[in-house]
Amino acid sequence: MEYFVQQLLNGLTLGSIYGLVAIGYTMVYGIIGMINFAHGDIFMLGGFAALIVFLILTSFFAGIPVALALLVMLVVAMLVTSLWNWTIERVAYRPLRGSFRLAPLITAIGMSIVLSNFIQVTQGPRNKPVPPLVNDVYHFGSVTVSLKQILIVLVTTILLTAFWYIVNKTPLGRAQRATEQDRKMAALLGVDVDRTISITFIMGAALAAVAGTMYLMYYGVASFNDGFIPGVKAFTAAVLGGIGSLPGAVLGGLLIGLIESLWSAYFSIAYKDVATFAILAFVLIFKPTGILGRPEVEKV
Amino acid sequence: MTPGNQTMTTETILKIEHLSMRFGGLMAINDLSFDVKRGDITALIGPNGAGKTTVFNCITGFYKPTMGMITMTQKGGKQYLLERLTDFEITKQAKVARTFQNIRLFSGLTVLENLLVAQHNKLMKASGYTVLGLLGIGGYKAEAEAAIEKARVWLEKADLIDRADDPAGDLPYGAQRRLEIARAMCTDPEVLCLDEPAAGLNPRESLALNTLLKSIRDENGTSLLLIEHDMSVVMEISDHVVVLEYGQKISDGTPDHVKNDPRVIAAYLGVEDDEVEEVIHEELDGSMR
Amino acid sequence: MANTQSPAPDIAPGLMAKAIKEGLFAGVLALGMFLLFVGIETYQDIDNRLVWRTRWELLAVFVLVAAIGRFLMVGFITPHFAARKLAKGKAGQADSAEEESFFKRNFSKIAILALLFYPPIVVYLYGVQGSLKFVDNFGIQILIYVMLAWGLNVVVGLAGLLDLGYVAFYAVGAYSYALLSDHFGLSFWVLLPMAGILAAFWGIILGFPVLRLRGDYLAIVTLAFGEIIRLVLMNWSEVTGGTAGISGVAKASIFGIYSFDVGAPNNFARAFDLPMSSAYYKIFLFYVILALCLLTAYVTIRLRRMPIGRAWEALREDEIACRSLGIDTVKTKLTAFAIGAMFGGFAGSFFAARQGFVSPESFVFLESAVILAIVVLGGMGSLTGIAVAAVLMVGGTELLREMEFLKHVFGPDFTPELYRMLLFGLAMVVVMLFKPRGFVGSREPTAFLKERKAVSGSFTKEGHG
Repeated sequence: MEYFVQQLLNGLTLGSIYGLVAIGYTMVYGIIGMINFAHGDIFMLGGFAALIVFLILTSFFAGIPVALALLVMLVVAMLVTSLWNWTIERVAYRPLRGSFRLAPLITAIGMSIVLSNFIQVTQGPRNKPVPPLVNDVYHFGSVTVSLKQILIVLVTTILLTAFWYIVNKTPLGRAQRATEQDRKMAALLGVDVDRTISITFIMGAALAAVAGTMYLMYYGVASFNDGFIPGVKAFTAAVLGGIGSLPGAVLGGLLIGLIESLWSAYFSIAYKDVATFAILAFVLIFKPTGILGRPEVEKV
Repeated sequence: MTPGNQTMTTETILKIEHLSMRFGGLMAINDLSFDVKRGDITALIGPNGAGKTTVFNCITGFYKPTMGMITMTQKGGKQYLLERLTDFEITKQAKVARTFQNIRLFSGLTVLENLLVAQHNKLMKASGYTVLGLLGIGGYKAEAEAAIEKARVWLEKADLIDRADDPAGDLPYGAQRRLEIARAMCTDPEVLCLDEPAAGLNPRESLALNTLLKSIRDENGTSLLLIEHDMSVVMEISDHVVVLEYGQKISDGTPDHVKNDPRVIAAYLGVEDDEVEEVIHEELDGSMR
Repeated sequence: MANTQSPAPDIAPGLMAKAIKEGLFAGVLALGMFLLFVGIETYQDIDNRLVWRTRWELLAVFVLVAAIGRFLMVGFITPHFAARKLAKGKAGQADSAEEESFFKRNFSKIAILALLFYPPIVVYLYGVQGSLKFVDNFGIQILIYVMLAWGLNVVVGLAGLLDLGYVAFYAVGAYSYALLSDHFGLSFWVLLPMAGILAAFWGIILGFPVLRLRGDYLAIVTLAFGEIIRLVLMNWSEVTGGTAGISGVAKASIFGIYSFDVGAPNNFARAFDLPMSSAYYKIFLFYVILALCLLTAYVTIRLRRMPIGRAWEALREDEIACRSLGIDTVKTKLTAFAIGAMFGGFAGSFFAARQGFVSPESFVFLESAVILAIVVLGGMGSLTGIAVAAVLMVGGTELLREMEFLKHVFGPDFTPELYRMLLFGLAMVVVMLFKPRGFVGSREPTAFLKERKAVSGSFTKEGHG
């Protein structure tokens, strides 16, 4: 039982990270109907930004409080990845909006290749280990909870609440939902569609940066190709939950995290990703729009 | 006596019995029954939202009806229960073809290719399900030429022969409508269901459409079932009219009969329910007198 | 983006101010983007601790390039092109009616002829050993991608089904050959068709449950299947050799008459009293893959003119209309999937015979992405366009390996290979931005009554999935 609870906790932590990245996928898909393949690499970029900030901070201010360091890392990573995602959208996606559907998908895959190789070239191909930031662990019976895990779940919850508020209660969120429903009509009604889409990319990038920072904190290592597997898993999470649906993305993220940790714990670590993908395939085959997705009806 | 009236007495080709279709809480069609006679042009009319397209979608298998039976009787006497077939089998086996309200052409294929795709099943068989055709064995070549010949005939009829090698998406609207009809006819249907064929046509095109539809009925012996809003088309060409309102049949008969049916008039003019009663009473009184 | 300003040939008064503003903005943006990643380098010191140092000069270069580039773009290049476009529009479309040149009309014949004579010419120019690089890295490497892209073209370009896991079938072909030749000693020529059939079979197995999915859902499930196959190959060590893969895969022979194994009595070089060299094998393989490519092209061209091929294209245009015409779309999709997979399987078994070694490393998602990119960049459905895209993208990046002179420019530490994928990705983006429909955007009709007129890309649809 304790073992199970332990795995549940691990899954929850991992799932929070996936969920944060998945929101970026689902928002972009919802608003412009495009799989933003480069989003996983934006997440990786966020992790790298946090890593570099951490190195600078610790070499200048050796005794800096951990909380402050984390905060600075988060803020800088969010800023930098937002800049990147904003620029990428402007340069690589916007000119193709409304054109041939596969074109933005190909540029997104191209951007993904560019980003991971850019980091490989500028920062080197080797894994970058960082000393652990947060070491505290608490014991409840035989269940171990690390402060890292608590932080991750806590930050995720706070961000999601803020995020939910923005999307549901602010004019910006209303503009986003309107653009999602019908871009032309929204534009006619005075919504600045370009700006709304830009902000969507920025929001997605900021969440991915947070996820990247926490991924770095959790695993203590960053690598240029960290974007792909977590990216695909987060996308899987978004699709599993029902792409376009924000609660779906979080739910999907948590599910993927749980599946992964429970499968590793009880079956085999080697096949944990196979399990994730197989479950995705099954869910989609039997419920093609995901768990919380709206059914797509084609009018004849 | 018009030929239409003569055929009124002939056999039923498509029999719709107690058809109902429910979407969630909405009853789009409620216990609808009517017959389509062989060799007739049957029109299905009614105000917007009456459920006409839903009836079409049930007949052609794009929706599974909640209840009811749709029986198709072919020339040879072979019968099919359409509600049990999937959409493509209805065209392939039962020989019921259709067109769409919002035209669905293969816009990137040429006009000719559109008509060849419609002859897919026949050509598949002739090409030995691709295998023999790929090896150059068998009669695929002859059959392919015959298919082009057939397409040519329909292009002439639909007055599209000059545009045969242009992409379908490049045609003007009226020509696209005619092409869609020609394409459906290339599947050799016994019943052709047309969803608002005259929508968006100018008077000249509308006239050409009437000629085309009549020639389909008279020369090919294909029975037509059409949804139409344009009353001039309906009254001009149809032999039999069925009127729907709120998913129920309110009138059924010859164009003249329907035209004078007070319930139809009420439905189209939007009279209050009690006024309909009044109109009906007056009518009854009148006829009794 | 920025072509809203007046395209007057004499510089509009506000234009310079605008260009300077935009240039400065781009510079600031670049500073923000690159400050951490370019301005600071992280590396491990002798104690394996991660430390950092600054690279301000490099950062300055990045920022300046961005600022000046944007300045020139806004101030000169865009107005220049806008003006030219305007002039062209005024002059009418006189140049479009121009007669196609001899070269353009007979492009495929010339290309095939050139390919047939490619190895002898290279051998003549660079000697037997010297030809190796050209035949293998440029010839075979490119042709494998041509074949893969033509195979995927059936699925994506013709049937309009977005398949992001195509590399799975490539893997099935490669492992089928490696395993079956290893365990049963069957020859390449027996296993080549078998690998194709096995891959097609897998195409049907994987295709059957997923083909009723639409659009992006299909894409993601095919991606998932591709990854599942790779992960199984990686982890099922007893059979597949795990991450290490299978080495010592048997070479192909000239139909069993001549062998390329060094020890064999009927060794090709020995039989003809030639000096021993691996180049003969590569030249032979070049002709094998060329033949496979031509077979793929021939079958694709034939299939397009058959009912099944037309049904594929019709499916890409409108699935519902297809069903209304009595076409069984599930079967139609499955055949597209199976035939695409079969070509992937052929290419895979060829790949295994060429490398002599297979491992899951070769079948990552990136490969699927590269193949898909070639199909889309070439122009979906167009064999010529796809071949050109493969030559440019694969050949171009291979060329980077050869650019020794760059070392003199950027210093001896410079390894052009590192930039291979970076440039590949950039090229993908740039080509799409300028030619969203690929190099060849138009489509050849499969039948005609009077004259064959190419269908402009603006009419063709890209399918729903």
